[in-house]
Amino acid sequence: MDWQAFLLTVKLAVLVTGILLLLGLPIAYWITYSRRRWKFLVEAVVAMPLVLPPTVLGFYILLALGSKSPVGRWWESLTGHTLAFTFEALVIGSVIYSLPFTVQPLAAAFSTVDCKFVAASATLGASRLRTFLRIILPLSVSGLMTAMALTFAHTMGEFGVVLMVGGNIPGVTRTVSIDIYDQVQATNYASANQTSLVLLAISFVALSLVYALNRRVWALWPWR
Amino acid sequence: MAVEVIKAGGNLSPAAPAAGAAALNARIQKRLRAKGDREFVLDLQLAVPAGITILFGASGAGKTTLLDCLAGLLEPDGGRVVLNRRVLFDKVARISVPTRQRQVGYVFQDLALFPHLSVEANIRYGLAKIPVDEQRRRTAAILESLRASHLASRFPSEISGGERQRVALARALVTDPALLLLDEPLGGLDALIKSAIVDDLRAWNRAHQVAILYVTHDRGEVFALGERVLVMERGRLIAQGTPHEVLNAPRQEAVAQLAGFENIFDATVDATHEAQGTMTCRLAGTAVTLEAPLTHVAAGATVRLAVRAGDILLATSRPHDLSARNIIPGVVLSLEQRDFMITAQVDCGARFEVHLTPGARDSLQLHSGREVWLVLKTHSCQLVGPGE
Repeated sequence: MDWQAFLLTVKLAVLVTGILLLLGLPIAYWITYSRRRWKFLVEAVVAMPLVLPPTVLGFYILLALGSKSPVGRWWESLTGHTLAFTFEALVIGSVIYSLPFTVQPLAAAFSTVDCKFVAASATLGASRLRTFLRIILPLSVSGLMTAMALTFAHTMGEFGVVLMVGGNIPGVTRTVSIDIYDQVQATNYASANQTSLVLLAISFVALSLVYALNRRVWALWPWR
Repeated sequence: MAVEVIKAGGNLSPAAPAAGAAALNARIQKRLRAKGDREFVLDLQLAVPAGITILFGASGAGKTTLLDCLAGLLEPDGGRVVLNRRVLFDKVARISVPTRQRQVGYVFQDLALFPHLSVEANIRYGLAKIPVDEQRRRTAAILESLRASHLASRFPSEISGGERQRVALARALVTDPALLLLDEPLGGLDALIKSAIVDDLRAWNRAHQVAILYVTHDRGEVFALGERVLVMERGRLIAQGTPHEVLNAPRQEAVAQLAGFENIFDATVDATHEAQGTMTCRLAGTAVTLEAPLTHVAAGATVRLAVRAGDILLATSRPHDLSARNIIPGVVLSLEQRDFMITAQVDCGARFEVHLTPGARDSLQLHSGREVWLVLKTHSCQLVGPGE
C-alpha cells in the first residue's frame, strides 16, 4: 500500500472539506432564503458536478487553470510556476467537484428549520448573522455532519477530475484512487486490493456516520 | 364608549376612544394569494391605546396576517404604521424598519421556543446587547414575576404546555417591547391557568403601559380579558367597543354569528309601539311575530334579528303571567346532545335552535314531535342590521 498517496489524499480531503464548509454555508443559506427569480440557475450550476462526467469537468477546469487562461497567468505571475498539475490545482478541482455534496445537505437542513424560529429570533432583535449562528446552524447540526462526511468521502474517492487536472505525480498529485488504477495497470492486484479495502472502509464509516447522525431517535449518541 | 359599526368596505376612525392617545396607529393594505384561486385582502385602519385590546374574529379573518404586518415579518402593499410616534412603516415614504429594530414583542401561536436552548437561554436570547450580569438579573426577575423560576434550566420539550406559554410570554416581555402581539397565546389551557397568566400579564403592564394586541377566536376569552375588542372579518375591522357592547348587542350579522347568536332571521317590522318601547317583527315567509326592542326603523322596514339559543326558554304547556313578550308555539324536530348541552331544533313556522341542559330535557320529557312553547324576552331579540 502506498502510504504517501494515502496521506496525500487525506490531506486533500481535509482541506477540501474545510474550504467547502466556508464556501458552502453562505451558498446554502442563500439558496434556502433567497427569493431571487434566477435562484434556480445557481442551484443548477451547483448541482452540475453531480451529472457531468468527471472528465468533462476536469477538462474545463484544466483549461481554466492552464497558462493560457487569465487565472493561470495570474497564478504564474504570483508564484512563478504553472497551476495545472499541482496540488493546488487538485484542491481547486476537488472543491468544484464536491460542491453539491456540501451545499445540498446544508440547504436541505436549513429549509427544515421552522421559519417561525427565524421570525421569533428577528422579533427578539437578532441580526441575520446571529440568527444563523445561534438558531439555524444549531438546528441543522445533522445536516452539517452529513455535508462534511459526504464531502470528505467523495473527495477521498474521486478519480476523473484528479487525473485530468493533477495528472499522476507521486507525492504531489497521486491520490489513492489513481494509485489503485496504476496498480491494476501493472497487474499488481494484491496491492490494489489492499488500498481498495481501505477506501471501502472509509466510505462505509463515513456513510454510517451520516445515517446514524440523521436518526432523530438517537439524538446524537446511540447510547444516550 | 359607544360601539362603532363600520359599513362593509369602510374603516374605523383612528381616534382611540376614552383611553387617550393611541400608542399604535396603523393603516394596512396587504394582498395575499391564498391556497387555490381565492385572494385574501387585508385592508384596515386601527388605533390601539396602552392596555389589552382583543383582536377577535373567526379563523381566516386575517388576524395573524395583521400581526405579521405590524411586526414587520410581512411587508404590507400599502399604508403606514406608527408606534409611539415612531414610523415603522410608510409605503409612500418608503420606510420599512426591519423586524429586529421594531421593539415589537411577539408571542406566536405555536410559541416558537427555541428547542435547543434552555428556558433561561431562550429568555436571554433577546437581551444580547446588554451586559451579562444585567441579562441574568432581568431573566431571573421576569421568571420570578411569571412564577416560572423553577423552569430556568429545563428545555422546552421538558415542560408542560402552560409552562411553555409562560416562558414564551417571559421571552417577549423581558425585551421591554413597545408593542406586544399575542397570537392566541393561551389556547388550549384550562380557565384557571389562563386567568393566572392573564393576571400576571396585567400586573406586568401596570408598570410598563404598552399596547397589547391579544388575538383570540374564543368568545369566553374576550369577556374575561378585554376592556376593548376589535372585531375582524375577511381582512377588515367590522366593529369595536367593549366586549359587552360589541358581542352582547351585536349590530351586525357577522358579529352576531361570531358572538354565538345561533338564530338569525330576516323580518319585516309590522308595527312600532313607542309607548311600550317595542316593535312587532314578522319573520320573513312565516306568520311568526317577535317583539323586539324599539329602534329607529319605520313600520314596513326589513330588518335582521338575532337570538341566542341559550336565551330561549322551553315550556310544555302554554305559560301565563310572564313578563316575557314572546310566547311562540312549536314542535320539537330533533334533540342532539353534545357534552352537557342539548341542542333542540324547534319548528314554529320558522326554525329555532334552543340550548338546554340534559336535566331540563328529562324533566320536561322532551322528544321529537312534542308540542312546546318558546319563551323569549324582548331584549333577547337583537337587531343586527338591515334585512335583505
